[in-house]
Amino acid sequence: MTDTVRMTYREAVKQAIREALSDDPRVFLMGEDVGKYGGCFAVSKGLLEEFGEERIRDTPLSESAFVGAGIGAALGGMRPIVEIMTVNFSLLALDQIVNNAATLCHMSGGQFPVPVVIRMATGAGRQLAAQHSHSLEAWYAHVPGLRVVEPATIDDARGMLRAALACPDPVIVFEPISLYNMEGALTSAASEVTLDGARIHRPGRDVTLVTYGASLWRCVAAAEQLAAGGIEAEIVDLRSLRPLDDATILASLRRTKRVVIVDEGWRTGSLAAEIAMRIVEQGFYDLDAPIARVCTEEVPIPYPKHLEEAALPGPARIVAAVRGLFSDAQ
Amino acid sequence: MPSEFRLPALGADMDEGTIVEWHVVPGSRVKRGDVVAIVETDKGAIDVEIFEDGVVHEIVVKPGTKVPVGTVLALLETEGSPPAPAPAGEGRGGGHTPVPAPAGEGAGGVREPSLASPPASSRVRISPAARKRARELGVEVESLQGSGPGGTVTLEDVGKAGQGGGMRAAIAAAMSRSKREIPHYYLSTAVDVTAAAEWLAAHNASVPVTERLLFAVLLVKALALTCREMPGFNGFHRDGRYEESPAVHVGVAVALRGGGLVAPALMDTADKPLALLMDEFRALVSRARAGRLRASELAAPTIILTSLGDATVDAVFPIIQPPQVAIVGAGAVGARPWVVDGQVVPRQVLTLSLGADHRVTDGRLGAQFLAKLAQRLVDPGSL
Repeated sequence: MTDTVRMTYREAVKQAIREALSDDPRVFLMGEDVGKYGGCFAVSKGLLEEFGEERIRDTPLSESAFVGAGIGAALGGMRPIVEIMTVNFSLLALDQIVNNAATLCHMSGGQFPVPVVIRMATGAGRQLAAQHSHSLEAWYAHVPGLRVVEPATIDDARGMLRAALACPDPVIVFEPISLYNMEGALTSAASEVTLDGARIHRPGRDVTLVTYGASLWRCVAAAEQLAAGGIEAEIVDLRSLRPLDDATILASLRRTKRVVIVDEGWRTGSLAAEIAMRIVEQGFYDLDAPIARVCTEEVPIPYPKHLEEAALPGPARIVAAVRGLFSDAQ
Repeated sequence: MPSEFRLPALGADMDEGTIVEWHVVPGSRVKRGDVVAIVETDKGAIDVEIFEDGVVHEIVVKPGTKVPVGTVLALLETEGSPPAPAPAGEGRGGGHTPVPAPAGEGAGGVREPSLASPPASSRVRISPAARKRARELGVEVESLQGSGPGGTVTLEDVGKAGQGGGMRAAIAAAMSRSKREIPHYYLSTAVDVTAAAEWLAAHNASVPVTERLLFAVLLVKALALTCREMPGFNGFHRDGRYEESPAVHVGVAVALRGGGLVAPALMDTADKPLALLMDEFRALVSRARAGRLRASELAAPTIILTSLGDATVDAVFPIIQPPQVAIVGAGAVGARPWVVDGQVVPRQVLTLSLGADHRVTDGRLGAQFLAKLAQRLVDPGSL
């Protein structure tokens, strides 16, 4: 692309939805307040007027019901995009997602794939308190039959939906709440964006930061601080949380010999734990230091700004974890 | 004040050593000369002797720790000194304070694991990547000093160690320094040692097998007596000046089976009868090959004899081991045509060579030295 287009993450998601609606008559958007209100985070603002009530459908406050309806529509040949306000509320739809969406293709011997896309906001950073701020990606990444992705860049926000709709399996798309207002350049065409595979966001030789979602930008800030001190961090943006791209992580480790995993989820039973174990299984002899993790403090996300910040895996904690892997001289 | 027992330099180019084992514990009574510890150096495991009488108060450096020469290894209560205060805190490389379990955290909180407080372990703290690399390079990880957090041995540490490689590196350092700093001159002379060889054969025929002498022992003793006579070849050149050594400790170069070379001393060589020297020589070689030499034996030589007689070379032109100022090489003893009273006759001939430090002596003196050494071999009864 010759002209650099700048837009917000929110606008990138909206453009992706609009494109999908325009390109494929089977696609429709369904969820709480997605129509008249324009979406809880204003992602779908204006789409109702553009595409009408048939395709931009406000639903009752019943996650189980409308996610179930989305699964049914996918089974019936549609390509539904179901929006759940936050990952916290998605727990009300867990039965539909885990017991139906994830299983039916398997149980039908491949006769009934469920090509539903379920978008939901995730994470903290906007003072939405303990019931709207959690990062439960790991729970979904645990389930075979689901694809789980988390776009962290403008390119992925713009391009991943298209790939998700093309996927015959149910895809959970996590959108970090704190990134909706982030502005950035669109650098690749949506058609070039894949659903799976991690990506080296920043090359570096001294340590690998494995991360995803909003923590990508915490890692970028940390990497800049570390570079000032002579440590070049390589950042791996996972993008896909299920399946995990072990090859990219291990290739980076072979270069840097040190890994810090930065995960907005809680430490216990976390994606960070899973990634660390895979590194131990497949890359133990490449490790020149213990694997370190920077995760969210194990508390319900606090409402007060300073406590919320303190709970999250911020740049200062990442920098400290990285420095802890190097000798004092460095 | 208690006396400090520091790691001695167990050779001119030794910078550091790893404590392998302590033979004493706090409370042990020691006498000067007692072997108190085993220290691993580039020259193998060395028994280290203590220099003072007293009672061990505290072991400061734990086994497995690599420390530079001069590091306080232990504190000693010498006779008459007041009792030392109880040691404050942990010694270096000491134990750790356990991280207390978080109590009463409502959400079942987990503390960040602390890298700064590793669990106490006698095993070397080394990263998996470093261990793998060490295996590839053949680097002994037990001898490495870790630079990583908590003293962990890292890839970088192994890489640095791998560039050299133990004894090879030590020999390289010493010999490079010698050739860089010492202006060697070389002399050699072929000596008719038929008399000595016949004397040796007769002697060995008259004693039990265990008391038989080697020709090398005759050489060692002859060299020691020559050194006493010509002190310009027996001593040390340090800090720009030469110091004669009143004692003569002839070092004997011993090739090790795994490769490498050490030259421990036969102490007070000139004063000992041949039979005793033979016993000591045999013991010294076997301890050298077992890697169990004493510190004093490695640091002591005032001159070295290197004999390549087994290798059937005619002559050796050896390199001086700093800070010594001379080294004598001996080739193989063999039958050679020799002119005696105008007749060519077969005689047992040995080529002796001298490498000497031109800062201390000149060729003429060196020629006298070789001549006197040769003369002693002509008259083995005087040894």
